[in-house]
Amino acid sequence: MATPDIETPATAAGTRAGTGTVFTRFIGLATIVGMVALGVFGLLLSPADVQQSDSVRILYIHVGTVWVAYVAFAFTALASAAYLWKRTTSLAWDRFAGASAEIGVLFMALTLLAGSLWGRLSWGKFWVWDARVTSTAFMFVTYVGYLAVRGLGGSHHQRARRSAVVALLAVLEIPLVHFSVKLWRGLHQDSSVADRTNVNLHGLMLFSLFISVIAFTLLYVWLMMHRQRVLAMQDAIDNTGLDYALQQRRDEGDL
Amino acid sequence: MFRVARLIAAKDLRVEMRSRVVTNQVLPFAAIVMVMFAFALNSDAVVSRVAPGLVWLATLFSLLILVQRSFAIENADGATDALRAAGVDPSGIFLGKAMALAVQLAVLELVLLVSAVVLYSTELRVGGLVLLLVTFVAATVGLALVGTLYGGLAGGVRGRETLLPLLLLPVVAPVLIGATRATESALGTGGATVADGWPWVGLLAVFVALFSVGGTLAFGPLIEE
Repeated sequence: MATPDIETPATAAGTRAGTGTVFTRFIGLATIVGMVALGVFGLLLSPADVQQSDSVRILYIHVGTVWVAYVAFAFTALASAAYLWKRTTSLAWDRFAGASAEIGVLFMALTLLAGSLWGRLSWGKFWVWDARVTSTAFMFVTYVGYLAVRGLGGSHHQRARRSAVVALLAVLEIPLVHFSVKLWRGLHQDSSVADRTNVNLHGLMLFSLFISVIAFTLLYVWLMMHRQRVLAMQDAIDNTGLDYALQQRRDEGDL
Repeated sequence: MFRVARLIAAKDLRVEMRSRVVTNQVLPFAAIVMVMFAFALNSDAVVSRVAPGLVWLATLFSLLILVQRSFAIENADGATDALRAAGVDPSGIFLGKAMALAVQLAVLELVLLVSAVVLYSTELRVGGLVLLLVTFVAATVGLALVGTLYGGLAGGVRGRETLLPLLLLPVVAPVLIGATRATESALGTGGATVADGWPWVGLLAVFVALFSVGGTLAFGPLIEE
């Protein structure tokens, strides 16, 4: 197997190990600014909701995280397809897919957490068997499984092919689960989320949601760049780590 | 491809006929699960109301064991590698193993249905027999297909069998929902009518169609090492 040429900032500079570049620092700063703005707008400037009072503020987190989770999983599917397609096969795509899925799982967990806290305040219970809520939970479990498949071991290309196939099967599975849960709930009761979340959005509320999406998207980009480079470094260690250790032992022998 | 599938299926079933692992271990396991459900629910009325769901739940638990068994016999002595080295079409292996699994599942489901009739006083009705049969066939084929697909993935790596339930259970959720509702309609559980059941069979059919194509395509890359 050909050793992929991995260009990270550290190897390029040849001095200090790290995954930061000017661009990531810029994105990182922008993320901080966005998060501060989200705090100001979400907690101070935007009004409390008429029906939900202050609990509506949870949604400024909830909407941003769920957006990132969906984007991350969509990108995982896209990068997996790119890896499997012969003309674009590259381990870089596999690392993009893996990094994106990790971030997606993290943000999906935050989404479920924030959502259930909000649900407790608004509906009086942590969980409702709504189609969207239930299939979101299934999506979370599916990508936890995907990450487990990534950890199965074997060569990098084995890992890449296996996980890419699993990621594409998830694309097949998730709409089917959503559809069947919807059908299941449909026969029992009407979706309870849709009617009750139909709040009249104040202009500042909408703007806060908008800031939430922007700030969390920036955070996603920042995390992606760093995580993807860390994964590249790990692969590089797998490829060269043994040779390096052998060389060191040989050098000791020469002394 | 289909000739290979027939040969693989015959091989798997012959191994089972001679080893009797399914008959001596998996069937009793499924039966004891049905008894345990009755202990947990502790009410005749509740048990007979949820009997169809329990039958399918017990089927899913047993499916996990059957799939592990199905790939344990492949991994012993590197049988999969030998098949691959002999240039056997992976799609044929996939369909063959799914066929053998479907036969074993069908036997298991029959036992579970009979135990539901005996233990939970479930009553079969003549009008629902066609629906019941079609539901069982569709669900069995669907479970066998995804079971083989993810079994090939998890079974290919030694010592990682614990991964199978995590991967498989979310995927078969539509089968559990569809098959349970359709079975309730066929049996008239909770006042469901036979006509209510057919849309659920449609769901099962979509599931089978998607995973027969998806599985045939994906199985090769998954077991290639």
